[in-house]
Amino acid sequence: MTPEIAFLPGWLVQHAPPLLVVTPLIAGVIAAVLPSARASWGIVLAITFFAAAMASFIAMQVMEVGVWSYALGSWAPPLGIEYRIDGLNAGMLLLVAVIGFLCAIYAPASVEAEVAPENRSAFYGAFLICFAGLLGVAITGDAFNVFVFLEISSISTYALVAMGAGRDRRALTASYNYLIMGTIGATFFVIGVGFLYMATGTLNMADIADRLQGLEGDRTVQAGFAFIVVGLGLKLAMYPLHSWLPNAYSYAPTLVTAFLAATATKVAFYTLIRFVFGVFDPGFGFAGLSMIWLIAPLAAAGMVVASFQAVFQSDVRRLFAYSSVAQVGYMLLGVGLGTAAGMSASFLHLFNHALMKGTVFLALGAMWLGFGVTRITDLRGMGRTMPYTSAAFVIGGLSLVGVPGTAGFVSKWALLVACLDRGWWWAVLALGAASVLAFFYVGRVLEMMYLREPPQHDGHAVTRSPAPLAALAPMWILAAANLVFGIWADIPVRLANAAAAAVLGSAP
Amino acid sequence: MNSHIVLKVASKVLIPLIVVFGLYVQFHGDFGAGGGFQAGVIVAVAVILYALVFGLEEARRAVPPAVAKIGAALGVVIYAGVGIVSIALGGNYLDYFVIPGGQHIGVLLVEIGVLLTVASVMLLIFYAFAGRAREIPDEEW
Repeated sequence: MTPEIAFLPGWLVQHAPPLLVVTPLIAGVIAAVLPSARASWGIVLAITFFAAAMASFIAMQVMEVGVWSYALGSWAPPLGIEYRIDGLNAGMLLLVAVIGFLCAIYAPASVEAEVAPENRSAFYGAFLICFAGLLGVAITGDAFNVFVFLEISSISTYALVAMGAGRDRRALTASYNYLIMGTIGATFFVIGVGFLYMATGTLNMADIADRLQGLEGDRTVQAGFAFIVVGLGLKLAMYPLHSWLPNAYSYAPTLVTAFLAATATKVAFYTLIRFVFGVFDPGFGFAGLSMIWLIAPLAAAGMVVASFQAVFQSDVRRLFAYSSVAQVGYMLLGVGLGTAAGMSASFLHLFNHALMKGTVFLALGAMWLGFGVTRITDLRGMGRTMPYTSAAFVIGGLSLVGVPGTAGFVSKWALLVACLDRGWWWAVLALGAASVLAFFYVGRVLEMMYLREPPQHDGHAVTRSPAPLAALAPMWILAAANLVFGIWADIPVRLANAAAAAVLGSAP
Repeated sequence: MNSHIVLKVASKVLIPLIVVFGLYVQFHGDFGAGGGFQAGVIVAVAVILYALVFGLEEARRAVPPAVAKIGAALGVVIYAGVGIVSIALGGNYLDYFVIPGGQHIGVLLVEIGVLLTVASVMLLIFYAFAGRAREIPDEEW
């Protein structure tokens, strides 16, 4: 046990993994039935803070001591369900919990403006249940348990997206579309797990990995691999399976967009890596080939095409939703490389992208609250009317482009170096093209904000209207993280290297 | 209100039997086929049958949606609460063997949680869908 946490009671330390997932779940259903939305928000804030503290404790513990395995119901793995935390998912838990807490701070401002009064408690409940589901996906070492938590988080996400209907009715069709695509994804995933179970007779991921040795030529295993990759590809919006994402992100309540963009696709991405590298062996012919001939080319195509589509959007959240699809391409490219450097770069970009998109979507949310901004032309003169929010947005945007000194630069540079090491010149070209396009779409927004006059209202320019502190604080924490991790990249690089090492099995 | 007298009398006889059968399935789950999920659906069916025959308003008076919502939440709290209790008693999460009465009581409690949540959620889904349709007046049957 590390000395930093010696003050915690023993039972809390010993049972931290299940408590991290179960407390948000219990609190979520309680928050959903409370009559007062304020009280529900109090629960959300307290529980996400607790989860963030627990997740940082677990991450510290794993960094110092190594893999942490917890047997649910005292049934020893591989028979029972095992919660297993290593260098790969310790960082994911921390990311989800911290972003969840920051979003919880911003929640009341968004909810009171966007969600119908009778739905507010249910909204907070769904938010916590989604939070619990994402943590559960990240923490569990059991393949079927992954499916269960993936559906817990997804189903509550559909409800959260649909609650945007208070502001724009199109949220309902966006959510329905997401429900259909997400359910197909989940079904494919569980069919894949079924195939693996058929071939190996076990559901514990580490145990599946052991028993798959020597089954490389087995058709059942290959089919399982295909189903799992396509199913998770739908969940993480891998190009060209991303069609649900732009609408869901544009019409969901602003809080939900920020939370999902920073966590949900990231967790699905983590699951893909866990399966492709942790359960299957990248040394398997079919797995290695599909990374080189399927994942990497699709990633490169997604980077360029989605960035190109982003340039031509007129709805500003839709623009950044397409940009998210492109950024998923960056992460997948790192995975497709199949090298330790590529994997580490990919993880670094995962963290940094959560920071930049969190900043950008929180800033856009605050702008919607202030001026009802949805279209890019609505952003005219925003640099003068909402100066602090706009400044945070600039940092997030520059980080997205990859300007030196921001977190985005660190991870893009790492990815570039990894591609050069592998000798993939076409990937370097795609990276360059996508970054230039990112410069265009971010530049277009910044030009609107800083070089245009604020709109006229009754003959006068619109006056300044700064965002509330509850919106500014989380936004600026994330924006500051973009700058800090752009200059002192030690902590994220260390986490990413630990993740890559855990995946590729070289060290804890 | 003398229309559908046969339906009304028959369903009044059936509804208690359906609930009892639901409870049978619930407790039989300990020894063989059955369990909280199936039992929850059967118990919800009793209320849904009542709603179909006596009208949605009557059913909503008998089991108000607010009660069903609390039931749905309570079920999850019971299930997860068993896990918390087992931690408090010195075991791992959901370790039934440290609970007084052992695995039998642990599973029984968990399944009661499942029954509550499944029955309540089934009912809530039914209310949500049925509430959108026009009630059919008696003469149009």
